[in-house]
Amino acid sequence: MTKLLSVRLVAILIGLGFALIALYSFVIGAYAAATEEPAGHLPYEKPRDFEFSFEGPFGKWDIQQLQRGFKVYDEVCAACHSLKYVAFRNLEQIGYDEGQVKAFAASKQVPGIDPNTGEATTRPGLPTDYFPSPYPNNVAAAAANNNAIPPDLSLMTKARGDGVNYVASLLAGYQEPSAELLAEHPEAAPGPGLYHNPYFPNLNLAMAPPISIDGQVTYDDGTEATIEQMSIDVAAFLAWTAEPTMIERKQTGWPVLIFVLFATVLAYLSKKQIWAAAKRKKD
Amino acid sequence: MSFPWAKEYTPTTPVMKFLDEKLPLPRLVYNAIGAGYPVPRNLSYFWNFGVLAGFFLVLQIITGVVLAMHYAANAQVAFATTEHIMRNVNWGWLMRYAHANGASFFFIVVYLHIFRGLFYSSYKAPREMIWLLGVVIFLLMMATAFMGYVLPWGQMSFWGAKVITGLFGAIPLVGEPIQIWLLGGFAPDNAALNRFFSLHFLLPFVIAGVVILHIWALHIPGSSNPTGVEVKQESDTLPFHPYYTAKDGFGLGIALLFFFAMVFFLPNALGHPDNYIEANPLSTPAHIVPEWYFWPFYAILRAFTVDFLFIPAKLLGVIAMFGSILIWFFLPWLDKSPVRSGHYRPLFRKFFWFGLIPAMIVLFICGGAPAEEPYVMLSQIATAYYFLHFLVILPIVGQVEKPEPLPYSITEAVLGEDKQAVLGENVKPAV
Repeated sequence: MTKLLSVRLVAILIGLGFALIALYSFVIGAYAAATEEPAGHLPYEKPRDFEFSFEGPFGKWDIQQLQRGFKVYDEVCAACHSLKYVAFRNLEQIGYDEGQVKAFAASKQVPGIDPNTGEATTRPGLPTDYFPSPYPNNVAAAAANNNAIPPDLSLMTKARGDGVNYVASLLAGYQEPSAELLAEHPEAAPGPGLYHNPYFPNLNLAMAPPISIDGQVTYDDGTEATIEQMSIDVAAFLAWTAEPTMIERKQTGWPVLIFVLFATVLAYLSKKQIWAAAKRKKD
Repeated sequence: MSFPWAKEYTPTTPVMKFLDEKLPLPRLVYNAIGAGYPVPRNLSYFWNFGVLAGFFLVLQIITGVVLAMHYAANAQVAFATTEHIMRNVNWGWLMRYAHANGASFFFIVVYLHIFRGLFYSSYKAPREMIWLLGVVIFLLMMATAFMGYVLPWGQMSFWGAKVITGLFGAIPLVGEPIQIWLLGGFAPDNAALNRFFSLHFLLPFVIAGVVILHIWALHIPGSSNPTGVEVKQESDTLPFHPYYTAKDGFGLGIALLFFFAMVFFLPNALGHPDNYIEANPLSTPAHIVPEWYFWPFYAILRAFTVDFLFIPAKLLGVIAMFGSILIWFFLPWLDKSPVRSGHYRPLFRKFFWFGLIPAMIVLFICGGAPAEEPYVMLSQIATAYYFLHFLVILPIVGQVEKPEPLPYSITEAVLGEDKQAVLGENVKPAV
């Protein structure tokens, strides 16, 4: 008994020790918080909430929109951004036929080896090739872009919080910083080679507005190519590149859930029947 | 290893008789999770989570083995092979999402299992060994989950590995050599990724081994129950099969509904977007946060912000974080109240619901938040309470508390004064 009591005495002392040291940190921190100016954050905006056909549990791709977004990527973004996890053959999933994919792949030059000399060269792409990078390596990418390497776009919408809305908001959101913002946060003024965008976490980014005038891309389906429309369409396309299996996933989910629900109801009924024998009997 | 009224296994067919003589595996199963294992008749759904944890362990091993067939543990290609699994492997996306969310669900059910053990003092004699083995399983799970999160080689994988192995650097004198030895280099790279993959494949089987010991130790005194009154007579128990196989089956169905809803409709909700960016040692993420199941312990780590005497704050945080779990090993000897169940312990109950649970919620929120006010101050108060609860309050409450009257037996607790419901009569298994 005395032995056990001493175990608990030691525990109580250790517990008080941990608590006191934690509270010591608290007191010092509270004093600092009371006497020092808190470091302010630059006020950036949450992404706007756009409507996309693939959202929600019943969502589906809007093939027309994906093709429009693909055209924006190909004519605008591809100049600087790679798409290295997507192969040309994947384009068949967004409504292009085999011939179109072959023709598109052949229009791109991919790294190859000269069969006669063995030297590095380029050759026309095949459907099995992946989208080629616009730069041979990161050093070249940095050199061409004021030291900011344009990120690969394959996973962009999954790599940012609320990614699809973020990409669309950012692309359509370039604007001059407001006078109030600059009055309050003079450090928010864009430096040389930077551009103001309220949706970017530190408000200034190295990417010049890529979509800058209405009609920059000519849509094949007659949709009016406003800046906002192009931004939304390319965001939708990048949602597809980030997760080409998204719709397959959601459509697989329903039968699975219905099956498990049915099995769970059966499990409940058999549990009820089995346990009836063990429950209190009514008099 | 059971109650005297446990039904004995009797093989009926010649094949089963042969098997029972040569290798009595069916007998083992019958006595472990069959009709030969009498279980208290009053177990609530909180007693489901052990079986569910076992289910998710098996699910993790199956999906993990399939993923390992397509993954390459090489820093050059690890991120790309993960995307290869998502895009090119048939049903690869399902395997990966089930594995990632399966880890989260494994932790959810294990946390509920531990919570059950804490409220009903399942750690008390004669079940100390079950509890100790359970804490070992939990520690192994944490190590396995941490190393698994490094494998996709995203930004959070890399920086998480850097922060967590950096903790060992806080040990005086030998810290830095230990950190370099663990990583196989000065920063996480190919050497670290390879050994993490090797251990991530190995440890689940170690967990499975300790789970077998955990269940073995359980079958010696038998399950605890919501009254905390030990089994006294046959009418206190029901055979595990069919009663608890049926009840656990229903519980599993409910768990799977939640699980599949996450896997198919919100597969990335519990993850961090930064882990879809390939690891880049030159670019530090704005906020490095571990997976959600480590948040309370991460908050304890970061609660120590000031050096105390000669001890650096970082070392204090590391000691407190590891200590916060290691003190669980001593619970059976700290809480000496003779009453097990929180239902009959008025003072314990107050500290549990209005002290420990709010402190854990605060630590959880603060661990996922950036290291700034008010989160740091809140986590400091919650950390102080956490240690006071287990090391000071629990031992004292056990001494001073006057427990409420307990039922005489489990039968009385379930059936009241019903004269009809006695011994065995009405509780034959409904085969």
